[in-house]
Amino acid sequence: MSRLLNYREAALALVLIVGVAAIGLYQPVFLEWENLSDMLTETSVLFMMALAQMVVILTRGIDLSVAANLALSGFVAALISQYFPDVPLLLMVLAGIGCGLLLGLLNGALIAWLGIPPIVMTLGTLAVFRGMIIIIAGGDQVNASEMGVTFQNFPKEIFLGLTTPIWIAIVVSALFWVFLNMTRTGRGLYAVGGNPVAARYCGIDQRRQELLVYVIAGAVSGLCGYLWVARYGVAYSEIANGYELTVIAACVIGGVSIGGGVGSVAGTLLGALFLGIVMTALPVMQISPFWQMAISGAVILAAVVINARAERRPDKLILPEARRLKRV
Amino acid sequence: MTVDTQIGQQQDRYTVADAPPRTLRDWLLRWETILVILLVLTVVVNTIVSPYFLDVFNLADATFNFSEKAIIALAMALLILVREIDLSVAAIVALASMSIGYAAEAGYGPASLFAVGIGVGILCGVFNGAVVTFFRLPSIVVTIGTMSLFRGITQVILGDQAKTKYPQGFLDLGQSYFIKMKETGISWLFVPPVPLSFLIFLVLAVLFGIVLHKTAVGRQLFAIGSNPVAARFSGVPVDRLRFLLFVLAGLLCGLAAALLTARLGSMRSNIAIGWELDIVTMVILGGVSIAGGVGSITGVFLAVLVLGLVTFGMSLNNIPGQVVSVYIGALLIAVIGIPRIIEKFRR
Repeated sequence: MSRLLNYREAALALVLIVGVAAIGLYQPVFLEWENLSDMLTETSVLFMMALAQMVVILTRGIDLSVAANLALSGFVAALISQYFPDVPLLLMVLAGIGCGLLLGLLNGALIAWLGIPPIVMTLGTLAVFRGMIIIIAGGDQVNASEMGVTFQNFPKEIFLGLTTPIWIAIVVSALFWVFLNMTRTGRGLYAVGGNPVAARYCGIDQRRQELLVYVIAGAVSGLCGYLWVARYGVAYSEIANGYELTVIAACVIGGVSIGGGVGSVAGTLLGALFLGIVMTALPVMQISPFWQMAISGAVILAAVVINARAERRPDKLILPEARRLKRV
Repeated sequence: MTVDTQIGQQQDRYTVADAPPRTLRDWLLRWETILVILLVLTVVVNTIVSPYFLDVFNLADATFNFSEKAIIALAMALLILVREIDLSVAAIVALASMSIGYAAEAGYGPASLFAVGIGVGILCGVFNGAVVTFFRLPSIVVTIGTMSLFRGITQVILGDQAKTKYPQGFLDLGQSYFIKMKETGISWLFVPPVPLSFLIFLVLAVLFGIVLHKTAVGRQLFAIGSNPVAARFSGVPVDRLRFLLFVLAGLLCGLAAALLTARLGSMRSNIAIGWELDIVTMVILGGVSIAGGVGSITGVFLAVLVLGLVTFGMSLNNIPGQVVSVYIGALLIAVIGIPRIIEKFRR
């Protein structure tokens, strides 16, 4: 637990705290609980999506189809709510997750078994998933009035002072942390990404790992699809358009190496939080929202440059013991 | 399994043996052959389905819709060939197009407007190339960043405004046929109408093909894509070439921006949005390996025609754009996946 935050993450956290404090000094309303709660609720989808993307990137993969998956799964959940309003909410959410999981399975199966490069595969499914929404619905959208009341109210409910999306993000983040740090499979992901050949000699099944990460990314996209559709009260083919790049940006800012094998839950959450703050602070600061994209771009560039400098180490040490030996 | 095949491929690639004589089967399994078959299929199916498909003017108009992307795809092909990628191309188009818009308002003529677009494109390319080569960063991450940055700058400056004032001479370049239709009196012999953008694409494609496949620089690009370290040790100026390729991509984005702006006659900050993925699709369908070192301009050229004609044929039949993209996405996966499935079953 002492290594929950490494140096780079501590620095990022410090930047965030100073930034939030500065914004708070300028506009005290930003620090009010209501605003912070809004910001976290707004960012909760990004938290989860970024963690799922991180797991994919850890294995040297990339999933460009997550936003399209989110849109399609959210749409399926919304359709169920429209046509079968009596189905319990839990089942609707599970339908969204299940849909996302199947789409992720499709990605994972073809990437792992056929060896199609992840960027090619997910670029293809990105177009397919989004288009499927049009094909299923014939261009129609599901509006707020057509969705069930409980379906829409769930993300707005407050439980123990926090909204449900925040709670879901907390639980999902905790699961990711346990998975990546406490389970053999999770540690194996770092091994596969760090050095696939060595991982193979250690007896780690790379194809099973690849299949797993795309399934995880798909399931999380499905869950977020429900949350997105229910929160904004509309489901159509264009929702979360281009969001996949925001998700990858959150990972990059959080110190996930696109080369695989490097990345942590805490860092990724901080990266997502950074983007979340940028997006919500601008209106509070009365800066035109048109600045948002330029600022994110500059931050991404700064983050990769800084991370690259920090990464420039002579060699990679896997065991903590080895690091201690090296110091002596 | 995967590791074994990877090692196997590497040995194949690095052992220097005489090339076995080409058999008919090798020729049939070549990527370009598959694309030619796809192209013929596309034309045949479309001709049967719609009587308007094989119309010279319709086909000429169809080229408007993909020529600008295709021009950028040529540079993207070289970038992917050397294991790099540029996701900021569409954002560069936006930034260059906005600069053209401001220059047009200031009263510059058509030639200057093209120069402004190309100049801004080159500047963006220099920035990309400098960050990638100087800091030794993965280009996918850098260009995701510059994609936001360039498009963001466009949004900051332009806000929700549109630029709609352009000199007529500039608009004519983008909207009318550069080469006019000429009848010769014989029904099958005529000079087809050709838009400027498609003409530029044709010329550039020939140029790129010659440079990539017939010159030392082209061989060096293949060398970088196959093994950058070995290429460096062989005296190939790896970083300089990488840098120049990013500049080249920027330049072509600027050119495409000028053509696009002239064609549309107006621009907003969301111009060319999502193009980066369309362009990467063109290149990958063209048989350029995302792992680097494999690819041909002929393949990219054929893929551009296949994608352009599939899209055009479907739009003739009133199929909405996003449904077209389903077919294109599926086509991409199928074309990459099916040879791998065949390979699996043969073993």
